[in-house]
Amino acid sequence: MNTVDVQQLKSGEVNLGTSIMAVQFEGGVVVGADSRTTTGSYIANRVTDKLTYVHDRIYCCRSGSAADTQAVADIVHYYLQTFTQFIGRPPTVHIAAETFQQLCYENKDALSAGIIVAGWDKENGPSVYNIPLGGGLFRQPWAIGGSGSTYVYGYCDATYRDGWGRDETIEFVKNTLALAMSRDGSSGGVIRMAVITEDGVERLFVPGNELPKFWEGHEVLPTVASVGPPPPVVPMVVE
Amino acid sequence: MAVAAAAQTGFDFSSASRNAYLAERGVKLPNATSTGTTIVGCLFQDGIVLGADTRATAGPIVADKNCEKIHYVTESIRCCGAGTAADTEFVTALISSNMELHALSTGRKPRVVTAMTMLKQHLFRYQGHVGAALVLGGVDSTGAHLFTIHPHGSTDKLPYVTMGSGSLAAMAVFESKWQPNLSRQAAIDLVAEAIAAGIFNDLGSGSNIDVCVIAPEKTDMLRNYIMPNERVQKEKTYGFRRGTTAWTAEKIRSLIINEEVTQVGNEAMDTS
Repeated sequence: MNTVDVQQLKSGEVNLGTSIMAVQFEGGVVVGADSRTTTGSYIANRVTDKLTYVHDRIYCCRSGSAADTQAVADIVHYYLQTFTQFIGRPPTVHIAAETFQQLCYENKDALSAGIIVAGWDKENGPSVYNIPLGGGLFRQPWAIGGSGSTYVYGYCDATYRDGWGRDETIEFVKNTLALAMSRDGSSGGVIRMAVITEDGVERLFVPGNELPKFWEGHEVLPTVASVGPPPPVVPMVVE
Repeated sequence: MAVAAAAQTGFDFSSASRNAYLAERGVKLPNATSTGTTIVGCLFQDGIVLGADTRATAGPIVADKNCEKIHYVTESIRCCGAGTAADTEFVTALISSNMELHALSTGRKPRVVTAMTMLKQHLFRYQGHVGAALVLGGVDSTGAHLFTIHPHGSTDKLPYVTMGSGSLAAMAVFESKWQPNLSRQAAIDLVAEAIAAGIFNDLGSGSNIDVCVIAPEKTDMLRNYIMPNERVQKEKTYGFRRGTTAWTAEKIRSLIINEEVTQVGNEAMDTS
């Protein structure tokens, strides 16, 4: 076979082992992501911005290979700028998402990119599109992605309700990402969010020491007090 | 059929997988000189300080004890290279050339993002086969900027960065001591300390510390800013004393060869 083994070819690549999310609400969308970028077991960047601008009211959340998703986002950004000049109006979120999908599908053998496209436009109002690994295109009221998302599908299914406002949606995104980041080793750092409405884009930031806390367990083994004092420390024998 | 047509466009990387297959079957491939390196960069109050060690390795051999890893891109943009030495050398030279042409055609001082975009698009095109891991820093009309560029073409923009095999040791120094708005001298000291951490704790790094300070007015390349591994005078000489070996006979010959030269033409050759 003359096919190239992508997984072997790209060993040592920078990965966005990620938790990303986008949720639509009445009047806008909230996009969110963790901030961890890894090369193997090393954190190459702990304050990454995975929410990437592609047009005035359209952002994408990137997961997978950092190089691939940056290249794809740069091409789409360039395409949408050209589009605006030629057509004379801003593109819809659907057009942006289709552009992403075309690139991801036609180059599926060479790319590892899972992208969520979200934003606001005049035709459809707020919308969220998910483009998973193979290059499909799905419109969803909420979408999660990256390695951390697998841990929180159940939480999202159980929690999400239609008709939320801005603040409730922000809380939902913040809590979901905090839960994903606490269970997924490849996700972590801080939470970055953006609220995209007709009026503009508002960037939000949650520091790593102010993440929402959930049940974190308690000591099961007997405590020091119940056992008594620890045995005396014997110094190690050194020549 | 459409798939076959699509596969013909762009670069052909099939020889790369063939070489991987041959290597697996025991065929020896030539090994490149790699700069198992410590390179760093950090932001300070009016610009960027870049730093690098000066060791180049080829497997376990130190190929060069005092090489230069801080490459010129433009007067106020410089780039530290780690990874395959040849690739870092040529990719920075190529982009330096293109930046000069770009500056000439636009009539403006070139920007750091321009160099960053050129580098990332070049590296992405070659899908990681150009093994250059770079720290790019500089000052332009929009301020001071610092980037890391990985071999596959991904980039990060941060206030302090490290790369190469000594990056963990160097990052430990930055993570504990870097702060915003450092003075020029404090930033130079911090960068030198980060490189020193790489030199002393990473086998792939060694020898001297190169520093480059990029400020809006001028760029200072401080070659061999600190030399912490200078060879000192040996305590003893290990040469044998004259007359250690006994000799039985002595013969002295003249090694000067006398040659007669005959002038053939009547004029001496015009060498002007």
